[in-house]
Amino acid sequence: MSTAIALAGNPNSGKTTLFNTLTGARQHVGNYPGVTVEKKQGSWVTGSGSFEVVDLPGTYSLTAYSLEEVVARDFLVNEKPAVIVNIVDASNLERNLYLSLQFMEMGMPVCIALNMIDVAKKRGIEVDGEQLSDLLGVPVVPTIARTGKGKEQLLETVVAQAGDRADFIPLKISYGRDIDAALDDMVPIIEDAAFLTQTYPARWVALKYLENDSQIVEMGALADKDVASRLAAMAKKVAAHVAATMDSHPEGVIADQRYGFINAVLKQNVIGYTHDQNRLRQSDKIDKVLTHRLAGPVIMIGVLLALYQFTFTYSTLPVEWVEDIFGWLGGMADAALPDGHLKSLIISGIIDGVGGVMGFVPLIMFMFLGISFVEDSGYLARMAFMLDRVFRMFGLHGSSVMAFIVSGGIAGGCAVPGVMAARTLKSPKERLATLLTVPFMNCGAKLPVYALLVAAFFAENQAQVMLMLTLVSWIGALLVAKLLRSTVIRGESTPFVMELPPYRVPTLKGLVIHTWERTWQYMKKAGTVILGISILLWAMMTFPGLDQARLAQFDARRAAVTQDLGPAVVAELENSGETALSSSAMAARQALVAIDGQAAQAGLKQSIAGRIGMALEGVSQLAGFDWRTNIALVGGFAAKEVVVSTLGTAYSLGEVDPEENNSLAQQLQSEPGWGPVTALSLMVFTIFYAPCFVTVVCIARETGSWKWAAFSVGFNTALAFGLSVLVYQIGALIL
Amino acid sequence: MRQINLRQMKKNQGGVIVSVKAEGAMGRRLRDMGLVPGKQVKIQGRAPLYDPVSLRIMGFTLTLRNNEADHILVEVDA
Repeated sequence: MSTAIALAGNPNSGKTTLFNTLTGARQHVGNYPGVTVEKKQGSWVTGSGSFEVVDLPGTYSLTAYSLEEVVARDFLVNEKPAVIVNIVDASNLERNLYLSLQFMEMGMPVCIALNMIDVAKKRGIEVDGEQLSDLLGVPVVPTIARTGKGKEQLLETVVAQAGDRADFIPLKISYGRDIDAALDDMVPIIEDAAFLTQTYPARWVALKYLENDSQIVEMGALADKDVASRLAAMAKKVAAHVAATMDSHPEGVIADQRYGFINAVLKQNVIGYTHDQNRLRQSDKIDKVLTHRLAGPVIMIGVLLALYQFTFTYSTLPVEWVEDIFGWLGGMADAALPDGHLKSLIISGIIDGVGGVMGFVPLIMFMFLGISFVEDSGYLARMAFMLDRVFRMFGLHGSSVMAFIVSGGIAGGCAVPGVMAARTLKSPKERLATLLTVPFMNCGAKLPVYALLVAAFFAENQAQVMLMLTLVSWIGALLVAKLLRSTVIRGESTPFVMELPPYRVPTLKGLVIHTWERTWQYMKKAGTVILGISILLWAMMTFPGLDQARLAQFDARRAAVTQDLGPAVVAELENSGETALSSSAMAARQALVAIDGQAAQAGLKQSIAGRIGMALEGVSQLAGFDWRTNIALVGGFAAKEVVVSTLGTAYSLGEVDPEENNSLAQQLQSEPGWGPVTALSLMVFTIFYAPCFVTVVCIARETGSWKWAAFSVGFNTALAFGLSVLVYQIGALIL
Repeated sequence: MRQINLRQMKKNQGGVIVSVKAEGAMGRRLRDMGLVPGKQVKIQGRAPLYDPVSLRIMGFTLTLRNNEADHILVEVDA
């Protein structure tokens, strides 16, 4: 059996880098039970045994401020890992120890990994790890997660510590006379009633009552109403006293005293400065340019454009390879299988469906690589900083930018993790507004739709059109957010308070793992949901099929073509192969092909999907969509990339000659009813219409209500249709 | 010694926090990030639209909105 250990620490402390260093590729991502906070787990296999490592969400504190903090706290008390490796940024010791102190107050078996000692040294900060260890009474191991330095010593310490968990007693610090006295009164009450003490130390419970911690107060009320109300009354009394004598409140006093304690520890020769701390650091110099009033925003737009160029330029070749592979697979299946439903299922349903999605994997990989770089380098936080004023105008939050960007604010994200990223937002109202508007972003699954239409109708101006689509989705999302925040979700804004981490060159390993995880998520979705949908759609487009009478009609027409031919020509048609045909045989073949095409077309119109598409055509024509586009858009509700594969299936079903491997883009160019205006209208519709059902499910879960999920489907589709009609009608007038 | 609101501080101006009046979620967040009385702060700069403000505290860079800075009273350096 392997020993469970947890990695905990502030965001940007190098926690994930250490996790990657320890576990390498042996990691997987899941969720904490009941919530959608990401849970990263991995095994750390060493000569001294193997460990199951959990990378807890990065937090600054253990109050119930955010869901991450609650999740981290719950994990620690419920799962009781043998050791908590607390990663502490040595160049930022004071604030990082604030979290360490809270682990120690809870009596957790903490081992401090004093990370980034190299960065600290460069800044002229010397930390005496041994002295810190002596004063805090916990092991301290200096590490450099990026290079793996200190890994062995960390291992030894963890192994030693895992052996004697029982030795850990909660750290007792003084919070000043008033609070200490109150704690001394409360602890016996808690101990006598065994109030929550199964899970938490008594003094800690008392402390949380004084801090008015919502989670503990709620749990207390359920556990023992009587004790809970006594404690609450005592806490209230202390609060009144603190307010009267110190013009403060217990929470504030406790935090002050924690920082006071840390300060006192650091002053005992733990930390030494070799040069002036006020001098400008590298990061500050970079910020002078990158967050400059005028240069900052210009550079930000430049960065976004560079991301596009990077993604589109470098992914072209691998995209072609993947398309070639699936084209070859289709050809193989076509040659090997007899005609019929099975062949149709395999080629039109499976190979085309999966191929249409996989073809965009390289694109998405490059996009994620770019985003990970921006994220890991620290630039993303600067974007939130520069954009907060703008976001707030629309009733959102600077942190909304994360959700928007993950969803595809920089085209290529996914609304599913985007919706989940919105949980860093504390205010339910800003969060809700973010949740409901992030699906407007250009997620990776919408890219194939744009890529197809751009290739077909705007091949000359690819980058410009993609940039325009990004702007349209942003402006639309922000305006809708404003609309929602001033109507259905009115209310005040919440704290912004955020760290601007120092700029760092991202590690290659971190980038690769990050990129791979996100790409893999996309592929898993493609491999399962999309395949299922693709097959379902194939069935919808195949059945019920033409009735006997119609089939007979087509057979009769075929027979009419062959009837008048001489036996020589018929023989020539049957074993034609590669040989050149005589002119009469050629004419006959063309006639037959045309009939087959019409039969397929009729069959599709007759199918379930065709009937839905036809029924909607009367209305959808206003936006320039025919029944095929309608089918594709209905399919897109399952997942946006299905729009492409469905269009592919819809057109390839009507296409008979398998040698004629026209790409879908060329097909559309030659279709009547298709043109730049139709393409624009469809792109606008794709931006705004109902999110895919996975996102809808997430919205329901995140908001805790199917009402909002239904709202996003209905409202978005109505909005999208209105805008598309506008684009199409105005476009038709101009051109 | 002059005590002013954090919002009114100018770029590169330093001082010591005297009090943090915010309560509830905002107060908790401000304190968790180290904004407690006695801490030295220095204004690093402002976003292009003058809000939020970024400041140096305990050796790292923190940003907050002007209306959050309003809750923080600072005794500015002479």
